[in-house]
Amino acid sequence: MSIRIKYEAELKEVYNKLVIMLREVELAIETSVKALETRDKTLAEETFDKEKEIDHLERDIEQDCLKILLMEHPVASDFREVSAALKMITDLERIGDQARDISEIALQFGDEAYIKKLEHIPMMAEIAISMVKDSVHAYINRDLALATSLDKRDDAVDAMFETVKNDLVELIKLDSANADQAILLMMIAKYIERIADHAVNIGEWVQYAITGSHS
Amino acid sequence: MTDTVKTEERYNISVKNCNLFYGDFQALKSINMEIAENEVTALIGPSGCGKSTFLKTLNRMNDLVDGCKITGEFKLGSLDIYGKDTDINLLRKNVGMVFQKPNPFPMSIFDNIAFAPRTFGIKKKAELDEIVEQSLVKASIWDEVKDRLKKSALGMSGGQQQRLCIARSLAASPKVLLMDEPTSALDPISTGKIEELMDELKKEYTIVIVTHNMQQATRVSDKTAFFLLGEVIEFGKTEDIFVNPIDKRTENYITGRFG
Repeated sequence: MSIRIKYEAELKEVYNKLVIMLREVELAIETSVKALETRDKTLAEETFDKEKEIDHLERDIEQDCLKILLMEHPVASDFREVSAALKMITDLERIGDQARDISEIALQFGDEAYIKKLEHIPMMAEIAISMVKDSVHAYINRDLALATSLDKRDDAVDAMFETVKNDLVELIKLDSANADQAILLMMIAKYIERIADHAVNIGEWVQYAITGSHS
Repeated sequence: MTDTVKTEERYNISVKNCNLFYGDFQALKSINMEIAENEVTALIGPSGCGKSTFLKTLNRMNDLVDGCKITGEFKLGSLDIYGKDTDINLLRKNVGMVFQKPNPFPMSIFDNIAFAPRTFGIKKKAELDEIVEQSLVKASIWDEVKDRLKKSALGMSGGQQQRLCIARSLAASPKVLLMDEPTSALDPISTGKIEELMDELKKEYTIVIVTHNMQQATRVSDKTAFFLLGEVIEFGKTEDIFVNPIDKRTENYITGRFG
């Protein structure tokens, strides 16, 4: 039985805040992609507040982890868990930035009709969101299989990114007037592809927390 | 001075199948350990686990305990520590020891340090002066005491006394330094000085330290051995032991979830 009651309570607090941060990050991606799909400017602006909230949560969790390192001197799996949390929140914060970037780009389209139907971008976003969610859940539940599954799912996102890229190249070749929108859509697809990469990074830290080695 | 081990020899310690009994009680069970030279090896574990007992086997301090029986192979380089012909005094000259509580002799600082060299036959003042200065320099205390070498060692602070005891061990030109919780009675500044000193001394000596302070083990040691109920549960690189221990019992002890 554990006799580190105070430490366990502090770590639980970090877990709780991580779950809150994860929820904000998921919502930020969802909202930004929805704003892009529905061309809803108010929705796009909502992401800006979410991004601030995510930054705030990152600072807050970072302080909690640093305090644990200072006060509790964790070693072994305790040390790995706290270090992993410290690294993970950096990735989550970057995802928040990328959701904001997507919203900023969504606002740049103005009222012009899209040069192509948004097919793959929402699909990429859906997978990326589920990956981010599972990466944090793998940490909380110490689920190594879930953490290691992220790599394969990232391949699917990468493949879709290639498809989007090729489609956009074709559209530019067809009519150079498509170039402005094509570049913006390309950037959005790239941001989502990066979000999936961050989820893989988180998964690698979860592997470190559980096994002590980093793939 | 004559050494029991030749100067070109290596000063690693090799222990094979060590068993130690106090009467009917078995305090150490089948311990095997290769202690490398020029490294600090930390022995950790709960009170009564056998780590200090093991430390004392390395310079035969347990010989003084009634009813103590030791079996196994103990080598310092090529020297058989428990060999029939091994001179215990020369062994202890080669394997110095520093204890938990500083124990300066009730004499001057100079005489404390000169004690061992005099015992081993050095009489010339110039030679003794040289050994005393060098030992105090190596123990990082020379600057603090050089103007009061004739004063009693008992007037020094605890931290200074402990460094004096380290200097006194060094004056016998040992190859190995055994340290049994050398900083547990000291404040953080004195502790820091002794830890820095260990880092310096390991360049020349093989150091084995017993410590209850996990942070100290991580700071000063290259290898760590975890003892439990007279057995070595895990022995390996300190970083591995404290970041990713293999045995659940090691994990439970170092993370404070023991019992």
